[in-house]
Amino acid sequence: MNAADFLDVVNATLRLSTPLILAALAGLYSERSGIVDIGLEGKMLAAAFSAAVIAALTGSAWLGLLGGIAASLVMAMIHGYASISLRGNQVVSGVAINFVASGLTAFFGQAWFGEGGRTPQLPMTARFGEIDFPGAQAVADVPVLGLVYSHFISGHNLLVYFAFLAVPATWWVVQRTRFGLRLRAVGENPAAVDTAGISVAWMRYRALMLTGLLCGVAGTYLSIAQSAAFTRDMTAGQGYIALAALIFAKWKPWPVLWTCLLFGFLDALSIRLQGVVVPGIGAVPVQAIQALPYILTMILLAGFIGKAIPPRAGGMPYVKER
Amino acid sequence: MSAVAGQGQGQGETSPPAIELVGIDKRFGPVHANRDINLRVEKGTIHGIVGENGAGKSTLMSILYGFYQADSGMIRVAGREVNIRSSDDAIDAGIGMVHQHFMLVEPFTVLENVMLGVEGGALLTRGIAKVRGELKRLEREYALEVDPDAVVGELPVGLQQRVEILKALYRGAETLILDEPTGVLTPAEADHLFRILAQLKAQGKTVILITHKLREIMAITDAVSVMRRGEIVSTVATRETTPEQLAEAMVGRRVLLRVNKAPAHPGRELLSVENLTFRDSQGVTRLSDVSFGIRAGEIVGIAGVAGNGQSELLEVIAGIRAPSSGRIAVAGQETAGTGRALLPAELRGCGLAHVPEDRHRMGLVTAFEENENAILGYHRDPAYGGGPFLSRNAVRDDARKRIEQYDIRPPNCRLKTANFSGGNQQKIVLAREMERDPQVLLVGQPTRGVDIGAIEFIHRQLIAMRDAGKAILVVSVELDEVRALSDRILVMFDGRIVGERMPDADEQEIGLLMAGMDSKAAA
Repeated sequence: MNAADFLDVVNATLRLSTPLILAALAGLYSERSGIVDIGLEGKMLAAAFSAAVIAALTGSAWLGLLGGIAASLVMAMIHGYASISLRGNQVVSGVAINFVASGLTAFFGQAWFGEGGRTPQLPMTARFGEIDFPGAQAVADVPVLGLVYSHFISGHNLLVYFAFLAVPATWWVVQRTRFGLRLRAVGENPAAVDTAGISVAWMRYRALMLTGLLCGVAGTYLSIAQSAAFTRDMTAGQGYIALAALIFAKWKPWPVLWTCLLFGFLDALSIRLQGVVVPGIGAVPVQAIQALPYILTMILLAGFIGKAIPPRAGGMPYVKER
Repeated sequence: MSAVAGQGQGQGETSPPAIELVGIDKRFGPVHANRDINLRVEKGTIHGIVGENGAGKSTLMSILYGFYQADSGMIRVAGREVNIRSSDDAIDAGIGMVHQHFMLVEPFTVLENVMLGVEGGALLTRGIAKVRGELKRLEREYALEVDPDAVVGELPVGLQQRVEILKALYRGAETLILDEPTGVLTPAEADHLFRILAQLKAQGKTVILITHKLREIMAITDAVSVMRRGEIVSTVATRETTPEQLAEAMVGRRVLLRVNKAPAHPGRELLSVENLTFRDSQGVTRLSDVSFGIRAGEIVGIAGVAGNGQSELLEVIAGIRAPSSGRIAVAGQETAGTGRALLPAELRGCGLAHVPEDRHRMGLVTAFEENENAILGYHRDPAYGGGPFLSRNAVRDDARKRIEQYDIRPPNCRLKTANFSGGNQQKIVLAREMERDPQVLLVGQPTRGVDIGAIEFIHRQLIAMRDAGKAILVVSVELDEVRALSDRILVMFDGRIVGERMPDADEQEIGLLMAGMDSKAAA
């Protein structure tokens, strides 16, 4: 592998990790509040569709982003209503959201645009384009530092930066703010939060709003930053991988970054390795390489991560007891 | 003081009562949980509230702490009428509560637990400094020392309880409600708690103590109210009453607090346990080198703080877990050796019966009807049909007979077991296990969550069985119960038997053994 290949793989890793980081952080807020969220996938998909449609209609990427966040928020609030207010089963509600998102986006996509669920191709102006930092070209030839600045730090779209900044921001919110303290408490022992005079339901709704927001950005990234249109079921399981990364990261922000980068790297590598001939074996089948991230997920979740202790109140509706 | 706040009523008091409940009434559907409760708790006193399960103590305190709202009635705090609609309101009114099951976030530090809900701003940094300073002050004032940076889940329960008290004090509680505070404590920890409560009282705080242990009421309260079936049946000054009078007021009839029993006449050894060691699936040693025997006509009690291997001991002897090494014999027949054990069903055949510690988890299927639970584990008995089919009539006839014998109420064998009270559920299990005439009976927590009236009945049954020449092993976290029932007491600590004492031994000495401290006598 030469230097150019290496740069490509690193850049692809950053691009491919972005939606995972956003979705995993989204899941972090929800799960740390005690609401299991298997519906990250559905929320991303709904957001991706909504963002693409609105960007196509208005020609504005920013309105697309708002539309994506709005769609995801609606889904998050439905999940919240089912699992907080109605005390339903959180896994069932999450799965339902995934199905609804998959069905509705395909249905409306076909009904409105008639291209098998695809939305119209967006022009560059209706997307989040790459941002070149000042001086990036000038220092591109400076060894190491210049290279890093011009190739890795500069030249991504806005949402990539947002995702990477969301990691320290989430850490700060969870560890250093009143909201974070209560968030962690409500996921561990909601009764303690209740007796401290704090509303358990309102805490959890607020956590789910953040989940909706971040999933909305993740979905928007997929359809109008990384791609130029929505295609049917374009999330392709990334919501589930994000959930796996979250568990692998033991529900902590910084580890979420590393695990998502790992998954992103494997994905980038699998693209890079397509058609590569391995001595003694021959060409590695594309499918085998594409399966790598999924296989890794299974291996990691099967117990290679040590003891992952989830928030203790996760999945259980809070019922006031005497 | 604003003595003439409108409610002085000429009682001759200089300050209004800390808490005054007037005509509190609460119904849950058909259940009348609190009827027209009137209660005065004077400032700077320790006020006890006793009553059986379901007498309405918890409901009343939940109303005071804002978990529920009364259907009618009024609450006055320090003479002022307050409207308590949530825990938040109660905290504002200066009422703090230490729940029976601690309301702590286990992975949090002491500091984080104390500040939860009163962080003092959107960012934590400033609040943390303030809590740290305040904790130091409270520690000095009330002898409530605890490391603010310790993780709560890793603290012993006695310290966790202290964190709960600190939480309430940090929120400015003037009145502290403690719900069954000593249930989980060693005698030494309980003593420390009482010293803290006395200190609080000396500083002018008011304490409401809910308990079912009359000894504690007698030891530290100034006044006591007895609740029965949703009503306060009497409120008296503690020094003017006796435990017997209180028990009678609680149950509504005379109760024998002491277990009457003749001296034991032990016969041959029916249960023998030799060098028993047990490691759990994580490799943690739960029992190490435990040896003892129980003879016919003898009750041996195991005293110890919960979690020191008593549960595992019962489960290993009952065949639920196989020992890692050692040997167990029932009536001379070896039932378990290193790494193997007879199945519980086979053990029943050897004459061993087991009343598990946790009747809901192991003793009963609460969704079943009473008669179905009455044959659990004995369902292969030919009397019930033997083969693949059960004779419903035989099962029910049998169940009705037991209901009568053991006075199980309501006397309806078709009722779902979950709908019986704790005491009656326990009687269902006891009836099932005792009526097979076992040689050896294992009883875990014979009266946990059981009313004082039913306790008397259960104790009498156990003594009668002993007198019929059976060997009985009693495990209980209630030291009083172990002392009342047993002919010999073994004290367990950290999976080992650390001493054997007679039931009339000094309580302090047994308490020290339970806490793992070598008594100097080491006899």
